[in-house]
Amino acid sequence: MAVSKRVGLLVTCLVDLIRPSVGFAAVGLLEHAGCTVEVPPQTCCGQPAFNSGDRATARKLAEQVISAFEPFDYVVVPSGSCAGQVRVHYPELFQGDPNWQPRADAVAAKTYELTQFLVDVLGVSGVEARVPGAATYHDSCSSLRELGVRLQPRKLLATVESLSVTELADSDVCCGFGGTFCVKYPEISDRMVGKKAAAVTATGAGLLLSADLGCLLNIAGKLLRDGAAVQVRHIAEVLAGDLDAPPIGMPAAAPAPTPTAEAKR
Amino acid sequence: MSRAATSEKFDDNARRALADPALQGALAFVEANFPARRRAVVDALPEFDALRDSARDIKAHTLAHLDLYLEAWEARVKEQGGHVHYAPTAADANRIVLDICRAENARTVTKGKSMVGEEIGINEHLEQHGIVPVETDLGEYIIQIRDELPSHIIMPAVHLNRQQIAADFRRVHTDLPKDRDLDTAMALLSEARTTLRKKFLAADVGITGANFLIAETGSSVIVTNEGNGDLTCTLPRVHIVLASIEKLVPTMEDMAQLLRVLARSATAQEMSVYTTITTGPRRGEDQDGPDQYHVVIVDNGRSAMLAGEFRDMLRCIRCGACMNHCPVYHAVGGHAYGFVYPGPMGAVLTPSLLGVDRAGRLPNASTFCGRCEEVCPVRIPLPRLMRFWRDREFSRQLSSPVSRAGLAAWGFFARRPWLYGAVTGIGVRALAWVGRARGKFGWLPLAGGFTATRDIAAPQGPTFQAQWRRRAGTQGVAEHARTVPSGNPHGRGSEPQLTEPAASDPESRP
Repeated sequence: MAVSKRVGLLVTCLVDLIRPSVGFAAVGLLEHAGCTVEVPPQTCCGQPAFNSGDRATARKLAEQVISAFEPFDYVVVPSGSCAGQVRVHYPELFQGDPNWQPRADAVAAKTYELTQFLVDVLGVSGVEARVPGAATYHDSCSSLRELGVRLQPRKLLATVESLSVTELADSDVCCGFGGTFCVKYPEISDRMVGKKAAAVTATGAGLLLSADLGCLLNIAGKLLRDGAAVQVRHIAEVLAGDLDAPPIGMPAAAPAPTPTAEAKR
Repeated sequence: MSRAATSEKFDDNARRALADPALQGALAFVEANFPARRRAVVDALPEFDALRDSARDIKAHTLAHLDLYLEAWEARVKEQGGHVHYAPTAADANRIVLDICRAENARTVTKGKSMVGEEIGINEHLEQHGIVPVETDLGEYIIQIRDELPSHIIMPAVHLNRQQIAADFRRVHTDLPKDRDLDTAMALLSEARTTLRKKFLAADVGITGANFLIAETGSSVIVTNEGNGDLTCTLPRVHIVLASIEKLVPTMEDMAQLLRVLARSATAQEMSVYTTITTGPRRGEDQDGPDQYHVVIVDNGRSAMLAGEFRDMLRCIRCGACMNHCPVYHAVGGHAYGFVYPGPMGAVLTPSLLGVDRAGRLPNASTFCGRCEEVCPVRIPLPRLMRFWRDREFSRQLSSPVSRAGLAAWGFFARRPWLYGAVTGIGVRALAWVGRARGKFGWLPLAGGFTATRDIAAPQGPTFQAQWRRRAGTQGVAEHARTVPSGNPHGRGSEPQLTEPAASDPESRP
C-alpha cells in the first residue's frame, strides 16, 4: 500500500460485548494490509431501534456513529448487518434532512463490511493463515442482499492453508436470527435455525464460519444445544489465524481441538 | 375452520401451524420446489432482470397517472357496451354485485379465482342473500367446501395434502360411491370437474377477478391454468369482473411485458396455460359470451395507499413469489397470517385493510432477510414497507410495553457512550465469570424464548473497547514491538502479553 489508509473500526455491539477476539482479528487483518486502525468510542449502530419503528432513537444513534466516524478514510465493520445499516439505511433515515443527509451519505459511501473492504478496496488476494480442516460458510442476509457480498469471503477463505470449504445448501436462506425477531418470535426463529443447523451438519464440515456474529450466535446456540460436533467462528478469526480463543459458546478451560474433519466424528 | 380474519392472533396461529405435521409436509414441498423451479426458469431468460425493471416502471407510471388511465379505460368499456361501477369500500362492492345478480334473478353464480373477491367476502355476502356462489378454480373450490381462507394467493389449497382433499370430497359429494378411487391428483381433478361442469351450465352469473385492466382497449385479462375462468366468463348471461384499482396498465403491450414476469415468478411457467382477454359483452357476430359485462372497481383503502408511503405495494401483480421464498411463510404457512393475503405481501397489505392495530404482528414477523424483495417481479421493497408499519405501530404505542421498555432502556445507555461502556463492562464481565465453566448459558432472563431451544454463548470477558483502550494505554513505545497480525489478548499463547489479564477473564488460563 503506497498510502496508509486510516480506518475507523465499527466493531459492532455484539463483538464489543460478547466476542472481542473478532475485533482484534479484524484489526490484525487490516493492519497487516497496511491500514492504520482506530476505534473511536462507540455503542451501537441503532439497527434494533430502526427495525423496531423507533426512528427517533435510531437517528440519535446514527448521528453518534456519523460524528464519530466522519474523520476516517474508511469505516470497516466485521458484520454485514451493521455495515448494511450504515451503508443502506442511514441515507434512508436522514433522507431530506439538509444537515444530516450529506453527512450520512458521506459516511455510508465509505463504509464496508470487513471481507468486502479487504478484497474490493484493498485488493487483498489472500491471507497467510493456516487452519487445517473442513469449513462451511454462512452468508448473512445483509451481506448477501444489502451489500452484494458473496464472493469476497469465499475468495479469502480459499487462500487459507489446509482449509477446505464446502458450500452450504440453501446458502441464501435466513438463519432466523433477525435481531429482536429471535426473541419476539422464538418458535419461528427456532424452526428456521433448525433447518440451518441441519444444513450445516449435512456438509460434514467441522467448522462453520460467517461474517456476522448475530447469525453465528444463533446457529451456534442451536448446534450447541443439539450437541452437534461443529465449531463456530467468525471468519475474521480464521483469516487472521487467531484460533486460540475457544469457538463460540465453548469454555476456555477445555480448549477444543483444531477443527479438522476427522476431529468432529 | 372458519373464514373470519384472525391476524391479531398471529402468534397463536403460528404456534399451531408449527405443530401441525400435515401442514409442515405441505410447506416443505413449497420450500423445496418453488424457489428452485423459479430459479431455473429465470436463469433461462437472460433479460429477466431488465424485464423486472420494465415491469416496475410500467406499474409505477400507471399509478402516477392512475386517474387518467382509469378514465380512458372506463370510456373504452362503455363504448363497447360494458358497465363500470366504482366501489369505495368492500361493502359497496358487495352491494353492487348483489344488485346486479338480483336484477337478473340469479340463483347460482360461478366464480373464477379472485383475491379481491376473497378480500371483500363476496361469497358470504351472496350466500346471506340466497344466492349460491360456486368456486370453479380447483384450489378455491377445495377451500370453499372446507370453509377456509386461501393459504396462498395463487395456490389457495397448498396447505392440504391429497388425503385431506379426498376426505373433503367424500364428505361433500355425498353421491360418491364408497369404492371410487380418489388417490391420485388426476382422480381428484376429474371428480371436481364432473361436479363443476353441471354448475357451469346452470350458472346465471359468472364472476371473475382480473390480473390486468387495459386502458387502451377497455379489456380485462385473466390468467389461469385450468380453463375454468373462460367457462365462468363466457357461459353465464352476465359476467362481472371484480378488480381493484391498481390492476390498470396502459396498453396491451404493457400487459404482455408483465405477463413475461408474472408466470415465471408465480409458477415457474413461461406462460400460464390460458390468458383470456375480455372486451365488452357478446357482440352480434360472436358465437358465445355474456349479454352483460360489468366491472366493479374496488378501492377498499387503496386510494389512501396511493397517496402515502405504501404506494409501492400497489405495484403488486399477485404472483406469490414473495411467499414462495419466505422462510417465515415456510415455517407457519398462510393461515397463520389470519387473512386472505399471507407472506410478505400480506404483511404489508393486510394492515392497510384491517388496520395496524389488528394486523400489526404481521409486519413484525420478519427477519428482514430480503429474499422477498430479491425475487419480486415488480421490485417492491417489501422489508422497507413492513418497517413503515413498525414505525406507525411504535408511534401509536401499539407495540408491546415490554419491548418498548427494553428498547427505551437500551436506547438510554446507547446514547451515552461513557455510561454504556461502564455498565456493559460490568455486565459482560459478570456474565463471563458466571458462564466461564461452560462457555455458554442454557437460560438467560428476558431471553427465555430463545434459550428454550438454543444456548447462548457467554461473553469472553472485558469488552473489546475496554481491552482496546488498555492496549493503547499500555502500548506507548511497545507499539512497534507488537507482533503482526494482531495484538489479540485472546490470541496465541506465544504472543507477547500486552495487557494484564483481567481477574474475571474466562480466557485467562490457570
